[in-house]
Amino acid sequence: MRPFTVVTGKVAPLDRANVDTDAIIPKQYLKSIKRTGFGPFLFDDWRYLDPGDLDVDPATRRPNPDFVLNQPRYAGATILLARENFGCGSSREHAVWALSDYGFRAVIATSFADIFFNNSFKNGLLPIALGRDVMDRLFAQAQACEGYALTVDLPAQRVRAPDGAEYAFEIDAFRKDCLVKGLDEIGLTLKHADAIRAYEARRRETAPWLP
Amino acid sequence: MAGKTLYDKLWDAHVVTDLGGGSALIYVDRHLLHEVTSPQAFEGLRLAGRKPWRLAANLAVADHNVPTTDRSRGIADPISRAQIEALDANCAEFGITEFRMDDARQGIVHVIGPEQGATLPGMTVVCGDSHTSTHGAFGALAFGIGTSEVEHVLATQTLVQKKAKNMRVTVQGEVAPGITAKDIALAVIGRIGTAGGTGCAIEFAGEAIERLSMEGRMTVCNMAIEAGARAGLIAVDQTTLDYLRGRPFAPHGALWEKAVAAWRELRSDADASFDREVVIEARAIKPQVTWGTSPEMVVPVDARVPDPAAETDAVKRAGLQRALAYMGLAANTPIVDIAIDKVFIGSCTNSRIEDLRAAAAVVRGRRLAPNIKQALVVPGSGLIKRQAEAEGLHRIFLEAGFEWREPGCSMCLGMNADRLAPGERCASTSNRNFEGRQGAGGRTHLVSPAMAAAAAVAGHFVDVRDFQ
Ligand code: SF4
Repeated sequence: MRPFTVVTGKVAPLDRANVDTDAIIPKQYLKSIKRTGFGPFLFDDWRYLDPGDLDVDPATRRPNPDFVLNQPRYAGATILLARENFGCGSSREHAVWALSDYGFRAVIATSFADIFFNNSFKNGLLPIALGRDVMDRLFAQAQACEGYALTVDLPAQRVRAPDGAEYAFEIDAFRKDCLVKGLDEIGLTLKHADAIRAYEARRRETAPWLP
Repeated sequence: MAGKTLYDKLWDAHVVTDLGGGSALIYVDRHLLHEVTSPQAFEGLRLAGRKPWRLAANLAVADHNVPTTDRSRGIADPISRAQIEALDANCAEFGITEFRMDDARQGIVHVIGPEQGATLPGMTVVCGDSHTSTHGAFGALAFGIGTSEVEHVLATQTLVQKKAKNMRVTVQGEVAPGITAKDIALAVIGRIGTAGGTGCAIEFAGEAIERLSMEGRMTVCNMAIEAGARAGLIAVDQTTLDYLRGRPFAPHGALWEKAVAAWRELRSDADASFDREVVIEARAIKPQVTWGTSPEMVVPVDARVPDPAAETDAVKRAGLQRALAYMGLAANTPIVDIAIDKVFIGSCTNSRIEDLRAAAAVVRGRRLAPNIKQALVVPGSGLIKRQAEAEGLHRIFLEAGFEWREPGCSMCLGMNADRLAPGERCASTSNRNFEGRQGAGGRTHLVSPAMAAAAAVAGHFVDVRDFQ
């Protein structure tokens, strides 16, 4: 997993509450055999005026000019702002994959749905929850200044705004450590490889019929 | 010290190391794979340069996307085909055993595991699919996982898990004649609700459960997930052992004897305590029919569609109204007055030989009602199909006007070509009646195989007990 330490990036404000995973990546894309390549289908129903599918080239489709990600000033954004309950709905990991593949490194929102929040950490996407007042201010600034960028400092657990303001955020120590070091859960579990092998040795004694 | 539940025993036996905070690293004995949730996991493995930790633990099969008609010309839908070819290529590359589409043993992942003896008592069994709970019928700890976890299991043979709560559902006494495992499962969900088992491993116990065949027990544990449970469990007994003896992946000879001695311990201790207990009288269970868009929206066949006006809670009332509107039903309609368009006998819930026998017994010598547009029988595996043909069941179905298909998930979720058209109403032996589950706009009524067969002949729901 790509380590996350300090990321400075352009901000895209998605001023909506209850953005569900169906909206983030609709169901027809779940037939894909890849973990990558979902970026062009991120927010598919909002982003395009015509229907899409896995075998429809996104370049041939009509983008919705009103959708925030289609506005030139937000091109190349790596930090997404949203409102409460971001990522609610189904458990599909494809939602996280789509955000990452599009280029987002962090989502800053008022609150997150549980499963989306967990899935994010497994994929190196940092979800940051900040208070309602702070979110109001960040939305206002991002909409007012073209090229608005934020710095997310994970080791310091701070979001830094261009006006010099700093906002602290919470994250549990275990998850922070995984992200900063770029460790995935698999990498961490493999630190217990000896314990796994010892378990297997015991298992061969106690249950030799198992595969 | 209080005794242990079956779940406690299975959990304790699989802790590799305690991670603190209620989490533990749990060892996985058996990992089943299918084509929809595994490609990204294999890709992850490849990108990280990792290999499967223990090849022999894995068994793969394509089931969700496979066509159930003639397969000799391959798969018409290129996207479905690519997903299946990816499974073939991944299994070949990593050396994982796979039953390919043209293998006689191919079938629905939750059917073939037990059929092959790949599911054994005392195991932990996982699969990237929520209905993995099915395998709990063998006294195994079995649950569904996400794609990142599929990769985690491939790479480490373990999972990071938090222990669930213990719940026991006792189905006391004997069921009446004509009542099947499906009716028991639906009656339990009707009683405790689709969130009734949240956070729990449910052990099913009681005389009615003990009297079930392994096929029936699998049906009950399969539906545990529809009650929100993490897993379903049934204690090991002679029925379990008789089913497994001689299966290809099961132990043989001296190892079998050794295993059996250990497996006999796989039951909850008499003094074990459960966080939650529910007792249901078997005698009171009638044939069940779902009327709505959640498995808990279920009533006995002699009842009527509920009336939202009788619901005092405004939120629930709105839910009932929404379900009735989607299902195209009027409040207070007798269930037996509901006419159907299609019939689906299949899925990991009800596609085993016993299910096909039960349906064939009702159909024998009769024909589909004229209003039935299509009736499918989709055996759960190639071996079940072959056995049914040896027993002549396929002729009974074909003579009645049913279609006799190749094994797979089929119209349970309509990821292949088998699906409902908008507005079509189906008597289905599957497990989920969510909006659009069997096809956009399709209307699903969950029933037992015998009830589905009777509805196919009558053209509307009937009480199979009057029918026989
Ligand atoms: S038969 Fe249905 S529920 Fe069972 S594994 Fe297939 S799609 Fe899932």
